[in-house]
Amino acid sequence: MSSDSMTSPFLEVRGVSVTFGGVAALTQVSLDVRPGEVTGLIGPNGAGKTTLFNVISGLQRPDKGEVQLVGRDVTKLGPHRRARLGLARTFQRLELFGSLSARENVQAGLDARRDKGGDLTAQGLLHRVGVQADADRQVSTLPTGEARLVELARALAIDPKLILLDEPCSGLDDHESQLLGGLLRELADEGRAVLIVEHDMPLVLDICDRIIVLDFGQVIATGSPDAIRQDPGVQAAYLGAANDPEAS
Amino acid sequence: MTTFLTFTIIGIVSGSIYAITATGLVVTYTTTGVFNFAHGAVAMFAAFSYWQMTQSWMWPTWLALFLVLFVEAPLLALFVEESYMKRIYGATVVRSLMVSLGLLLILVGVAQTIWQPESRTLPEFFANSNVTIGDVTITYHQIICVIVAIVMAAGLRIYLRQFRSGIAMRAVVDDPDLLAMSGVSPRRVARSGWVLGFFLAALAGVLIGPELQLQGLDINLLTLLVVNGYAAAIVGRLKNLPFTFAGGMLLGLIEAYCIGYLPGHIPAALVSQIGLLTPVIFLFIALMLIPSARLRAVGRLAVARPPRVPTLNQSIRGGVAFVLAAWVVAMLLGGTLLANLTQGLALGIVGLSLVLLTGYAGQVSLCQLTFMGIGAFTMSKVADGGASWWGLIIGVVVCGIVGAVISLPALRLQGLYLALATLAFAQAAFYGFFSNTTFIAEGGAIPVGRLSVPGISLTGDKAYMVFCAVVLALAGIGVLAVRRSTWGRRLVALNDSPAAFATLGMSPTVSKMIVFAASASLAGIGGMLYAGQPLALSALNVQLFVGLELVLFVTIFGIRTVSGAVLGGLAMVLLPYASSQLPWWGIGLAGILAGVGIALMANVPDGILGIPWLTEHVRIPGIAGPSRRTEELADVQ
Repeated sequence: MSSDSMTSPFLEVRGVSVTFGGVAALTQVSLDVRPGEVTGLIGPNGAGKTTLFNVISGLQRPDKGEVQLVGRDVTKLGPHRRARLGLARTFQRLELFGSLSARENVQAGLDARRDKGGDLTAQGLLHRVGVQADADRQVSTLPTGEARLVELARALAIDPKLILLDEPCSGLDDHESQLLGGLLRELADEGRAVLIVEHDMPLVLDICDRIIVLDFGQVIATGSPDAIRQDPGVQAAYLGAANDPEAS
Repeated sequence: MTTFLTFTIIGIVSGSIYAITATGLVVTYTTTGVFNFAHGAVAMFAAFSYWQMTQSWMWPTWLALFLVLFVEAPLLALFVEESYMKRIYGATVVRSLMVSLGLLLILVGVAQTIWQPESRTLPEFFANSNVTIGDVTITYHQIICVIVAIVMAAGLRIYLRQFRSGIAMRAVVDDPDLLAMSGVSPRRVARSGWVLGFFLAALAGVLIGPELQLQGLDINLLTLLVVNGYAAAIVGRLKNLPFTFAGGMLLGLIEAYCIGYLPGHIPAALVSQIGLLTPVIFLFIALMLIPSARLRAVGRLAVARPPRVPTLNQSIRGGVAFVLAAWVVAMLLGGTLLANLTQGLALGIVGLSLVLLTGYAGQVSLCQLTFMGIGAFTMSKVADGGASWWGLIIGVVVCGIVGAVISLPALRLQGLYLALATLAFAQAAFYGFFSNTTFIAEGGAIPVGRLSVPGISLTGDKAYMVFCAVVLALAGIGVLAVRRSTWGRRLVALNDSPAAFATLGMSPTVSKMIVFAASASLAGIGGMLYAGQPLALSALNVQLFVGLELVLFVTIFGIRTVSGAVLGGLAMVLLPYASSQLPWWGIGLAGILAGVGIALMANVPDGILGIPWLTEHVRIPGIAGPSRRTEELADVQ
């Protein structure tokens, strides 16, 4: 347990297993995600990260196990019910409303709220995530990096308490990734819980409070970035050799 | 016991034919991903060709069989694949649906033109030869049907397991990309899928033709008989051939027993309706047993540029211009053409219901004409054969409720299955309600009057046409206002990515239900106006084929635009009018043109109004104009 276990977790995953036609995608996965923290979920390709995101957001029913949001069992609730409890997500392969403009995409998120977004505006959110392009442009014409940011802005529009980000940095250059990292820290500092799947190791090690390592559908390690960096099992499974420059 | 045996045999025979039909559908679907709605039309075409050769030209049976099954069907399959099916592999369900519906209309249109209405019957194979077991007589034809089905099932099994091309066909189902990498062209596999599918359809057509001794060969009947095959194919979940075969047999038996064990006092007309209803209900139940579609992230971005949405001002100006134009036309015209155009405007309103449901929200419905009929029926009941504003209000509510109720099962289903469920509903309503004398008085027409506006008489045909134009314009302005609203954005979002839609906290189920209800209400209003022109609605007006034509015409012009709905509705009446003015070859014109339009649409997914050249160079106020986003698109490229 890390030092700030005082705050009760926003998301609790308990013993979740998923199999696809006999292949185990997730086996007995348990994890916590706490408000005010950026939690990293790492693991090699095929480790089950996206499947876990789908289970948490309600797009995939687990065969076994339980998902709790704010202490409430949501395993049987549909994705929209979970969203109303404060869960938002982005997708590894973009799920934008392709025939709408960037602004309309974010507006759709604002409209989904009871208070219609309060004092938040689509323009303001796009600005916050750093979208440079014309907000009235149809999103399917945007470059991937920009489109990813629009998806993030749309997720933020529902003012989530927990936000799941599936590889938010792919398609971004180093500088943009840095900016995004800063934004994610900011979101955590606002008291939100952030769970991020990302392959950009330096960034993950830099911004995360805690890292969960998934391999072959199982959690093989949990801990602070330093602890993860040193974990021999993790190094073997994922980070490569101990002195791999990428890992240091 | 004799009754039981007799009906068991009848059931097995029709079950065999259903099994053959359904197997063909499944083979084509699994290898190409296209659910061939025209499968029945291919069977029909083969049956008529066979009739032509054996009965009209008096060619020997063996030669005719060889030509129909091994020459005509494969060549037709290859032609269809090459000319446009190949362009829709991997396309959205709506598009591939439309294209195969287009093929259906072409085949029906061509058949109507070649084989003008007259009484035709096909003799059975080895007519008058039969065997008698106990008290039960079995004809050779019946035995042949069963043997052919068994041989087909066994042959197909061996082919798919032992032969190279057969194994490739199974492989393409599992992973087309992997197959391509192993050096087999998926295109070639798809071609064999079409050829095999068409061959089996033709085989079913030739076998089923002689079964229709009472009705004679009928183009629509033969084409629709294959809906029965759909049901069997759904039992096999569109991929499992043994289950498909079993489904065909089961349906055949249920159908036979339903008819065989009806209480004796039921009139013959009702018996035939029950015969027609059974497969539809069977299809519906089979669909309901399919596990609910899971929301999934598809990771595919809708890239097509959406049609420009006119502003309120523009749409009002467009509406006023439209009404004025209608006024001038009404003054100039009279008689049949005026009446037809009026009904075309009413169909335009039904078309608008499709824009809302399919164009914006991406939900397929093939039963909008059923709502049109329900609207007219409610009006007739409330206003006692006339029309009243109360009738309008109650009709709108009733249609909305029925639409919402229909959407309940539909919500579980997506794409193709949704299309089939709405098709089953349309057929069930047609056989069980609109052509049922229990509900609709003898003569089959529902009397409906014309709404009256204080101070204006609408009894004249000209005034009524202008009135319909006004309602259509208002509906169009309303639909556009919906598109610009929060709710319209929701519908488009639901269409583009249901997964993202849900993860933002919006319920796809509720949204779909509301849009189904709203669309049904709109179609109901269209129905009241439509029926008000000739002061009646007949069952023929709400036939499945007519509904399919409307969907296709609206799609051809652009199902995401209001103008597409208006032009589609007008095409529905103008083409039949044109063909009625033409000599004998005009009869199939509407269908053929719809089909050709759809064939072209394989290249222009957004309909005629979406053709880039048109949107860039032609400016019609409130209808079409250069899209502001065109230039930005060019930037990126």
